[in-house]
Order: sequence, then C-alpha cells, then structure tokens
Amino acid sequence: MAQRVLIKGNEAIGKGALAAGCRFYFGYPITPQNDIPEFMSAELPKVGGTFIQAESEVASINMLLGAAATGARAMTSSSSPGISLKQEGISYLCGSEIPGVIVNMSRSGPGLGGIHPSQGDYFQATRGGGHGDYRTLVLAPSTAQENYDLTMLAFDLADKYRNPVLILGDALLGNIKEPVELKPYRKKPPRKDWALTGCKGRQQQILKSLYLADGELTERNWVLWKKYQSMQKEARWEEYRLEDAKLAVVAFGSVARILKSSVDMLRDKGHQVGILRPITLYPFPSQAVKETAQRVGRLMVVELNTGQMVEDVKLAAECQAQVDFYGRPPGSIPTPDELAKEILKVIKKGGAR
Amino acid sequence: MSAVAKVKMEQVFSPPRALKGKISHFCPGCQHGVIHRLVAEQLDASGVRENTIGVASVGCSVFLYDYFDVDVVEAPHGRAAAVATGVKRAQPDKFVFTYQGDGDLAAIGTAEIVHAANRGEKFTVVFVNNAVFGMTGGQMAPTTLLGQVTTTSPYGRQIEAAGPPIRMAEMLATLEGAGYVARVAVNNVKNLMKAKAALKRAFEYQTKGLGFGFVEVLSACPTNWKMNPVEANERVGKEMVAYFPLGVFKDAAKGA
Repeated sequence: MAQRVLIKGNEAIGKGALAAGCRFYFGYPITPQNDIPEFMSAELPKVGGTFIQAESEVASINMLLGAAATGARAMTSSSSPGISLKQEGISYLCGSEIPGVIVNMSRSGPGLGGIHPSQGDYFQATRGGGHGDYRTLVLAPSTAQENYDLTMLAFDLADKYRNPVLILGDALLGNIKEPVELKPYRKKPPRKDWALTGCKGRQQQILKSLYLADGELTERNWVLWKKYQSMQKEARWEEYRLEDAKLAVVAFGSVARILKSSVDMLRDKGHQVGILRPITLYPFPSQAVKETAQRVGRLMVVELNTGQMVEDVKLAAECQAQVDFYGRPPGSIPTPDELAKEILKVIKKGGAR
Repeated sequence: MSAVAKVKMEQVFSPPRALKGKISHFCPGCQHGVIHRLVAEQLDASGVRENTIGVASVGCSVFLYDYFDVDVVEAPHGRAAAVATGVKRAQPDKFVFTYQGDGDLAAIGTAEIVHAANRGEKFTVVFVNNAVFGMTGGQMAPTTLLGQVTTTSPYGRQIEAAGPPIRMAEMLATLEGAGYVARVAVNNVKNLMKAKAALKRAFEYQTKGLGFGFVEVLSACPTNWKMNPVEANERVGKEMVAYFPLGVFKDAAKGA
C-alpha cells in the first residue's frame, strides 16, 4: 500500500514531480508557491537532479526549454505575475514542440494584486497569455492529493503531446495541508527520438519555431492544430451528486472543494443540486457540460473571479440551459454557508424548466 | 597520344566538417560567414561536432542551424544563455555553445548572459558585435557607437538619450564566476589568428571543464552601416577597435 503522508499542497506538487522522474527544476521565488522551489532545492540533489534558482521567471522557463530540449523531464513553478513573465517561453515551447510542466499556484491580480486565492488566471491559462495560435493542456487540481496525481499526469501528457502542460492551482491549494497517498508512478516515459543529444550516428536535429519559407508556417500551424484537436480526448471532469440534480454547479479548483460542503448542506435540506468540476480546463470538458445542460436544464457557475470560465460553460451549454453566475473577486475565501446561500438564491429564482 | 599521368593528390585543405556547405545568404561583406568558419574549425579541432548542441538566438544569428551540422535548439530573443544553461545542466558531457548578436545578448538578454557567466556555466558563448540590429533593418543597438547613424538614431547616437555603448566583455570580466573573456576581430589576418586562438581557449574552458567561456567578435555589417564591404571592414579596424579594445580580459584558469 502506498505511503500516506500529511503534507502541504505545494509539497505534493514537488513529490509528484520527483515520482514522475522530473530531475530538473528552474524557478524564482514568489509567494504563495515558495514551498515548491524550497522542496525541490532540498530533494533534487539527493536523486542526482538539478535545481537552479534563476535570475528571473523569464530565465527559468528558458532553462526548462533547454533541459527539456534534450529529452529531460523538467518543471518550473511560479504564481500569477511570474507566470505572466513565462508566457514568452510557453509560446516558444509550443512552437518548437518541447514538453514541460509549468505550475501556477496563482495569487490575485491584476498587477501585484495580493496573495489571496484567486481564479483570475483562468483566461491566461486556457487562452494562453503568450503570442501565436497555440494551446496548452491545463490541469486544475482541487486537493493536495490531486496536486500529486495531476503533476505525474502532467509529465505524461507533456511528453505524449510534446507540449507544455500547465497546472493551475491557487494560494489555497498550495498551502493547504492534507493527507496525500504517495501512489508510485508506474508509467514508462516515452522514447524521445526528437531530443537533442548530439548528432552522433544520426542526422542533425533542430528544435525551432521560425518558419520563413513560403507556406511553411501555414503548414506548421495546421500540424499544431491537428495536435490540439487530438488533445480533446484528454478532457477530464468530476461529477458530484449530479444524478438527480435539478441544478448543476460548475466550478473548478479550490472553490469546487468548498462547494462540495455547500452542496451537502443543501442536499440535507432536500435541494437537488450537484457539481460538475472540470479537471482539465484545456481541453474544456464541453461535452460533459453540454450533456449536463441538456439533462439538468440549469447551470450555475461559481468562480473566484468576476467571470471567466462562465464563458466556456455558456459556449459548451449551447443555450441548452440557463446559466447563472456567482463570482467572488480575491480578498477572502468564501465559506460553504455563503456559497450555499448563493446557490439557494438561484434555486429560488427559478427559471427555465 | 599521351597518357594523362595519374597523380596521387594529398588532400591538404577542406572546409570544416562542422559546416554543411550551404551557400551563404548573408549580405556581401558580412562577417558572420568568417566567424562561422572559425567556430566550425574549433568544433572540428576539438572533436566535438557529434556531441555538440548549439543554441541559436534571434537576429541574423538564428540561421546557425542552416550552416552548422550539429544539433541546434532555437532560443527566444536574448534567452540563449538561459536555454544553454538548461541544455548543459541536462547534458553535462555535451559541448554546448550559443551564438548571439549584440541586439540579442547586450540588450534584451543582458540579465541572462550576466547570470549565466556569474554562475560559471560550463558552456561557450560566441558574441557577434556589429554595433547594430542587423536583421530588423539597422536600428541602434546598445553597442552602437556614439554619433553612429542608424534607423533609430537618425541624428547619430547621443549620449544624453542612449548612454554610451556597452562593453560587454569588460563587464562580464568583472564577474567572479566568468572563466574566460576575450574580444577579437576578424578584419585582418593577424586579428583572425588571434580570434582563432581565443575561440580555441574558450572551447578549452568547456572541454576541460574549466568554466564559462566568452568571445566577443567585432563584426562588420556593411548593409546597415551603409558602406561597401571594404569600407565596413576598415571601420571595424578604426572605429570599432578604438572603442572596443581587443584582448583577453580574463583567463581565470591560466595555465590549465
């Protein structure tokens, strides 16, 4: 049986990365994710790995690009303003098809903002804050256990698609301390014939994103598009007490875990409400949202921002359901009671069906 | 009818194996080709071609992979030293070098090169300083000389507006972590030989595990200097060398 430990969410990320064979970490301090570089700086040398505290977020994502270009599993982590700085590198990783794992234990913005939990980086994560027509896989854990599990998955998906994978958590998920089952990593990382290891015994290999010849870049973008289409099958989500629900609350990450308590409270009072929790934010579980919209008829989106994922939910619902929204900008963490009250307002308001 | 005598010829000269032999796309009088040649010769001489990972930068220098027959990863603008850090740390037994221009290394990539040098990263940097942003059409660079007219300094570079030109080699030589730092030029045979020696030594810093090696090469950009190749080459020797003195600024492991 796997070892069960009581650890912080940030540490669970680090342990997941080590278990998945990540041996290169490049980062720069920023609250509220400092436990990750601190953990990696202590643990990587013990397993023959490399930790570098870079001069900037820009440098750290590019160090990741370099290490990953040779086929190594590499990670960087940061929080919102630092992730903004990494966008350049993320665009190049996508363009050059170099895998890598980027953790955003987001804080609140815009600007320097604060260090409260927030889901204000949803657009940045799912739309890509960098330039060009690219997509990144985005995983959104909601417990320390998922921090661990999804970090391992992130490395697998990154290698499978030769694409960066983002893990989007927040201050709450990074700092919460919970039991985590340290399941062993059982996957076998793929062969990386594309990796740069010197051209001994083979032709020169190049990893680049510059395409100037006539039509080359058009073709290149279509190739990437095909890859992004093939990622759609990776959509993951969790359904919580949705079976007979008359209202489905759609929420991800930290707020989704608080909502579970709200839903339990409302269920105790006889209200048929459940949760659909996207685990992948890209690809967005559109099909699951659409089917839920058709079946349940009413959706309510709850986010720790003023309304971002709600746009994806509305698009996915294809007008098959009324979509209400409750947004909570950063500054405080909502209690289950508060959220239950907001859900109740929507239930009482009535509406379609 | 006389038979043509079969003469057994001994090959005394050939282009470097590390170059692919691609016809140059660089402008007439541009010295990237000469510098490529010198770097390639050292890759051959060090016997590292098949174990090399090059890091291309942004600017005219990006086409490294079109000319060199080695593995190459392309870095974002200014980030070559950070990318090379990742490459070298992951592949410590490989020969890793960056090839960067002054718009890349001395402007947007200043932080990356300073910290890579200070960490003593064991890779080699070839820094081509032609005092101008070449690929983008001849804008002012941090290394543009005072009074030099560029497309963004149409009245000549003014110290009040742009400060004086940056001397990267001297600056990096002040860093405790930097191993070997030199500035060379390729404007005449004498300087070419010195450039060759500097590159050899910078390569040794890596192959012998001595540390970070940096060679700044003064280079002509006739197109953006609005000069013919001969004039541009002369300008290197007169104006460039006067402000950017040639020499070895640091050889921390002298004798090793």
